[in-house]
Amino acid sequence: FPGLADVSISQDIPVEGEITVPVGSQSPDEDYSTLDEPVKDTIMRDLKAVGKKFVHVMYPRKSSALLRDWDLWGPLVLCVSLALMLQGGSADSKDDGGPQFAEVFVIIWFGAVVITLNSKLLGGTISFFQSLCVLGYCVMPLTVAMLVCRLVLLAGAGTVSFIIRLIVVGAMFGWSTLASTAFLADSQPPNRKALVVYPIFLFYFVISWMILTFTPQ
Amino acid sequence: GPAGADNVSAPAQGGGSAVIDMENMDDTSGSSFEDMGEMHQRMKEEEEEEAEGEAGAGEEEDGEFLGMKGLRGQLGRQVADQMWQVGKRQASRAFSLYANIDILRPYFDVEPVQVRARLLESMIPVKMINFPQKIAGELYGPLMLVFTLVAILLHGMKTSDTIIREGTLMGTAIGTCFGYWLGVSSFMYFLAYLCNAQITMVQMLSLLGYGLFGHCITLFVTYNIHFHSLFYICWLVVGGLSTLRMVAVLVSRTVGHTQRLILCGTLAALHMLFLLYLHFAYHKVVEGILDTLEGPNMPPFQRVARDIPVVSNAVLNTTAKAIALTL
Repeated sequence: FPGLADVSISQDIPVEGEITVPVGSQSPDEDYSTLDEPVKDTIMRDLKAVGKKFVHVMYPRKSSALLRDWDLWGPLVLCVSLALMLQGGSADSKDDGGPQFAEVFVIIWFGAVVITLNSKLLGGTISFFQSLCVLGYCVMPLTVAMLVCRLVLLAGAGTVSFIIRLIVVGAMFGWSTLASTAFLADSQPPNRKALVVYPIFLFYFVISWMILTFTPQ
Repeated sequence: GPAGADNVSAPAQGGGSAVIDMENMDDTSGSSFEDMGEMHQRMKEEEEEEAEGEAGAGEEEDGEFLGMKGLRGQLGRQVADQMWQVGKRQASRAFSLYANIDILRPYFDVEPVQVRARLLESMIPVKMINFPQKIAGELYGPLMLVFTLVAILLHGMKTSDTIIREGTLMGTAIGTCFGYWLGVSSFMYFLAYLCNAQITMVQMLSLLGYGLFGHCITLFVTYNIHFHSLFYICWLVVGGLSTLRMVAVLVSRTVGHTQRLILCGTLAALHMLFLLYLHFAYHKVVEGILDTLEGPNMPPFQRVARDIPVVSNAVLNTTAKAIALTL
C-alpha cells in the first residue's frame, strides 16, 4: 500500500479506548420465533395457506403464490383421500383387482418425481419441491371426480352411469392438466413446452383411468 | 497462532481498558480452519480459567472483562460460523458429486420437432446398410414411449379383467415394460460387444426405445378393436417395419456375415415375440372364437381368478388351432 508508507505512529501516544461489543443484542437469525405462539395460530396459518392454494388450483391464473411458498400438506391430504376412496374395488375380496392404497400413493409420488426430473433435465427453472407441490395440488379436480363417481355408483352401475362418469372424469382430467400446465410450462424454454406437457398429460391420464375403472364390490 | 492468542489474553489482566495489541496478531488467524480450531480450543481453556478466577473476583471485574468476554464471544461465533461454512461446503460438494442429474442432461436436449421426426423415422427401414447409420443418443423419446406403453398396457389389462395374483396391476405393467427396455437393451449391447458392432449403450437404449413406437400403435389399436386378424396384420406390418428399421441400423454398424446374422436374428425374434406376448398375455380373448374352436373335450374357459401362465397356454393353443384352421 504505497499511500500508507509515510504513516507513522509515535511510540508515546497510547492507543487506548474501550472495545465493547454488544453481546447478544442481534440474533443471527432474522425470522421471528414461532415457537411461542399458540398452536391454534400455527394451524390456522398453515390451513389458510393450503386453502389459498386450493383456490388457485380451482381458478388457474398465472400467479406465483403457489410456486413461492410451496408446501406438501395439500398433496398429502389429496393423495390419502384419493387412495382411500379407491379401496374396495375388487371383484374378489381375496385377489387384488383394484389398486391398493400403497400403489396409488407410489404412483402419484413416483410419477410426480419423474415429471419433475424430466422438466429439470429439459432446462426448467423450477425447483424440485415447487414442482411436486404444483403437481400434487392439481390432483384436486380428480379427487372431486372420484367423489362424484362414488356417488354416481351408489345409484347404479349401468351404461348411463358409465357415461356420466366418463364425462365427469374427462372434464376433471382436462382441468387438472390445464391447471398444472399453467403453472409449470412457464418455467420452461418456450419451444419445449410440449415436451413437458406430455408426461403431465400421461400422469393425469393414468390417475383418471384408475378412477374411471373403479367398480365397487 | 499461539503468539496472537497470548497477546489477546495479556492486556486483560492489566488496567481498566481492554486494549488488544493487533500488531502481533497472526495474519492467518481466522483464515485457516485448523488455526481457528486451535484458537477456539485455547479460548475454551481460557474461559475455563477465567471462570475459576471470576468466582473469587468482584462485580467490578465483570465490567472490566465485559469487553474481553464480548470479544471472545464474537470470536466464538465467528468460529462456529466458519465451521458451519466449511461443513456446508463439503456436504454440498459431496451431494453435487453423487446426486448430479446433470450427467443425464445432454441426453434430454431435444426439441419437439426432433422427437416427432425420430418417431416417424423409426417406422421407416433404411436402405443403406453398408454405411454406418447415425443413431441419436437421446433418452427423452424412449422414456416417454415406455411410459406410454405402460399406460396402454394398463388399459388392456383392465379391459380384459386380468387378475394378477402376485403383485399389482401397475407393478406388473411397469415391470414388464421397463424390464424389456432395459434388459433387452443390455443383452443386445452385450451381444453387440461380442460381435464387434459399433454401438454404445445409450444408442442401444435409444434404438430399442424408439422401436417400441410400433408396439404402442399396434397395442393401442388392437386393445380397442378386437379382431384377431387385425392384430396379426398389425403385428406383421407395424411390428415388422420397426423391427426392420432397428435391424437395418444395427447391421449397418456390424461387419461380418455371421455377426450380422446373430444380431439381427436375436433382435428380430425378441422384438416380435414381445409384441405377441403383450397382446396375448394381457388381452381379452374373444369368446366366440374359443367356443367355435374348442370341442366338448376342452374345459370351459375360466374367467375368474386365473393365473397368467395358464391363460397364455390356453390362448396359445387356441391360436395355433386358429392358424391351422385358417391355413
